[in-house]
Amino acid sequence: MEKEKKIGLYIHVPFCDGKCPYCDFYSMRGTEERMEQYTNSIISSILSYGKQLNRRADTLYFGGGTPSLLGAARIRSIVRTAQECFGLEDAEITLEANPAADLSEFFRAVHDAGVNRLSIGMQSAVEEELHLLGRRHTARQAEQAVRDAQKAGFTNISLDLMIATPNQTMESLKRSIQFCAETGVQHISAYLLKIEPHTAYAKQREQLALPDDDTAGELYLCACEELERLGFLQYEISNFAVPGFESRHNLKYWHCEEYLGIGPAAHSFLNGNRFYYERSLLGFLNGGKPKTDGEGGGFEEYAMLALRLSEGLTERGCRERFGSGIPVSMRKTAKKYERAGLTATTPDGFRLTRNGFLVSNTLIAELLFGN
Amino acid sequence: MSVSRDKLRNFSIIAHIDHGKSTLADRILEQTQAVALRDMENQILDDMDLERERGITIKAHAVTLVYHAKDGNDYVFNLIDTPGHVDFNYEVSRSLAACEGAVLVVDATQGIEAQTLANTYLAVDAGLEIVPVINKIDLPSAQPDKVRAEIEDVIGIPADEAPCISAKMGINIDQVMEQIVKNVPPPEGDENAPLKALIFDSYYDMYKGVIIHVRLRDGQVHPGDVIRMMATGAEFTVVECGYGRATRLEPSDGLSAGEVGYIAASIKTVRDARVGDTVTLAENPAKEPLPGYRSVQPMVFCGIYPADGANYPDLRDALEKLQLNDAALSYEPETSVALGFGFRCGFLGLLHMEVIQERLEREYNLDLVTTAPSVIYRITKTTGEVLMIDNPSNYPDPSQIAQAEEPMASAHIYSPSEYVGNIMELCQDRRGVFRDMKYIDTDRVDIHYELPLNEIIYDFFDALKSRTRGYASFDYELSGYQKSRLVKLDIMLNGDVVDALSFIIHEDKAYSRARKMAEKLAEKIPRQLFEVPIQACIGGRIIARETVKALRKDVLAKCYGGDITRKKKLLEKQKEGKKRMRQLGTVEVPQEAFMSVLKLDE
Repeated sequence: MEKEKKIGLYIHVPFCDGKCPYCDFYSMRGTEERMEQYTNSIISSILSYGKQLNRRADTLYFGGGTPSLLGAARIRSIVRTAQECFGLEDAEITLEANPAADLSEFFRAVHDAGVNRLSIGMQSAVEEELHLLGRRHTARQAEQAVRDAQKAGFTNISLDLMIATPNQTMESLKRSIQFCAETGVQHISAYLLKIEPHTAYAKQREQLALPDDDTAGELYLCACEELERLGFLQYEISNFAVPGFESRHNLKYWHCEEYLGIGPAAHSFLNGNRFYYERSLLGFLNGGKPKTDGEGGGFEEYAMLALRLSEGLTERGCRERFGSGIPVSMRKTAKKYERAGLTATTPDGFRLTRNGFLVSNTLIAELLFGN
Repeated sequence: MSVSRDKLRNFSIIAHIDHGKSTLADRILEQTQAVALRDMENQILDDMDLERERGITIKAHAVTLVYHAKDGNDYVFNLIDTPGHVDFNYEVSRSLAACEGAVLVVDATQGIEAQTLANTYLAVDAGLEIVPVINKIDLPSAQPDKVRAEIEDVIGIPADEAPCISAKMGINIDQVMEQIVKNVPPPEGDENAPLKALIFDSYYDMYKGVIIHVRLRDGQVHPGDVIRMMATGAEFTVVECGYGRATRLEPSDGLSAGEVGYIAASIKTVRDARVGDTVTLAENPAKEPLPGYRSVQPMVFCGIYPADGANYPDLRDALEKLQLNDAALSYEPETSVALGFGFRCGFLGLLHMEVIQERLEREYNLDLVTTAPSVIYRITKTTGEVLMIDNPSNYPDPSQIAQAEEPMASAHIYSPSEYVGNIMELCQDRRGVFRDMKYIDTDRVDIHYELPLNEIIYDFFDALKSRTRGYASFDYELSGYQKSRLVKLDIMLNGDVVDALSFIIHEDKAYSRARKMAEKLAEKIPRQLFEVPIQACIGGRIIARETVKALRKDVLAKCYGGDITRKKKLLEKQKEGKKRMRQLGTVEVPQEAFMSVLKLDE
């Protein structure tokens, strides 16, 4: 039998020291007691999954929320349990952190615990923009956080940036990108701001000086070019890396590979099934089981995810997975949009261009269901 | 029910909409004990939901009642209800032709309105005795004396005996009954002469087939008789006949001259028993039919398509069923590049069209896309050939047209005089030609205009109401064809003509309408992956242009924590959304875009 592919592990840490007005992730303020209970629940879940699944993992990702709030000791015990249950040999172990006053001690401790990749929520290098985003840190603190991480031994660091935020201009965006590059990080995620319903931003939408869709599109293209110019190659709609530093964990999502998510609001894809924990910390602490979300991994899903990547949809990938190549009708549609500059032919298939990425929701639906 | 003919009273109630016709009918039914009080639901004669909602009577019905009069005798009343809208003028005239008298209801707070007069003239033309009644005297704003004077001045009939009533409160209804006994003459006729019965209403019953409501002028009819429809020549054997009661049919062993009743003869469709036709006996037929039969011609046409092409057979079945009951509805299959398979349907007027559309949607649960209504244009080609065009798709190339003509309507608008300016502005804008204006009293006028029918069928009545704060009323009749400078306006999306959006219009109106349509479409068509030019053109010449810019941003930037569900849901939604779109060439157009260009003035 073919050796089973290693899975990814995702731990959702729902604690944050405040709610940013654009955020719709599941998060809340955490007390010491809650965090302790939470950590215990995570550890016991890992143990039981480990026994039940008997699988190896090669990535572990702490997302949130602000996972760094858990403190190094708790992170260490979670990592250790995961190693015992899922191996994690040569694994990529990522921790999300927000810039704060002094992180040097913390970074040393988590590096020591096995974390080898940091994703730091910087968002912007412009103080006014940070303020409007409701961030509770300065650009200097972000820069300091990167230095502290590097001093602690991290050689794989990612920074988050946001595009099309209130008051952002082409010039201020370039400044933020330049700022990131100068810190010497290996990876940058640049997300177009989307106003999610029920967030504070959604309520004040009218008052926010948000760029319109056309301007947002221009800002996105500008960011892609600037990042590439500085050596960060685009490998997904919103992700850029120095070659070799692409996020292995996130690539599993886009390659439609298996992963196990633990914690409230965490999603999983295992053995052809998708399931998720509900957005309830109490439910999770009380032993709530994940809800099933039906079968996953079909062609539509595979194609939808693959087309988020710069490599696009490949004939080989489709054949390996489904036994047949890219459907003819899809190739035809792709050809049609190539003329409009939204898709491009690759040696082994096709991909979306940056202009295509910008309208990928509509475009992918068109490629899948259009005629 | 055999009563001597001098105790028979056949009458209708006529009124302007909302003046209380149906309420008065209910009170009369109640007072003659035709309906047990517990069965009484308001407005029994209007038994279609739609009729009740819109407060109008669409189809006529007839009820036979017994009234114990103050002179000690029992009288048989045949109350024949009439439709209250201009679209159904012909049916009104046939109902009136079945009567000797008409109760004219006038609202004491509103006075005489357009339909009051129109219906009164129809009644007078039919030689009926008019019994005026002043209604709604319970309202504080009632002015019965003023209205009484108006009836005498404008209609020219004595109104000093007109009862002042409140149909709603049941006040003085008995006075109306006594007036009917006293003033409506009993019917004449010869029951030994060959049968002549006027069909004034027919409808399809699931169990008995078509029920025809008739007024016998001469002769008799009995179950087992073979009857012949004199206009269509169709013959049937009478299965049952009798009298219409408030809530049921009551069979009898026959009907005779002067009476009003129903006949059931296993007739399959109302087209075989048309309103206005004369029923006679096959064995001993009458020599001449009764006068006034006219085969009803649809005047307004539009395309009706199922929103989902898969429902085409359902739409066909629904139209078939509706037509069983509605001889005025016509339909034939048509195909549109834009909308697929559907039907070109013909209607008496705009109300009739709306009623049919609503019934299709409501009673048959169909989701429809309709095209802009059209009238019938008369086109003479250079070859001398004359075409009657009810579908813009069939409009010939301008180079082949020698002359184009459009149907005209003679319209009367009744309104408080303060709105005369607004009304004239509207009529002028709708290419109306002023005929004359009469003062009905010191502050109310009757404005007479000649208007092209195609200017009336879009939204004239709505526009009139909004310009007169709802006070004006309106009535029209066709007045023939007139030469006109007509053009066909086409809409192109991304360079392709969308046939379902084409229409025929007067040259002077084409430009502004084209602009409005282009703007509305630009607003309703969502941004797509391509830029979509919207062009309005006449014979290849572009007269308006808008552009729907290409979609610029529609992306889920973050795909977090492996939450694919959300993206999948979005994808599903888009898949569903595509079903509600019409693919026109390369452009996807939501259904609402088709509907929105039909009502440009909103």
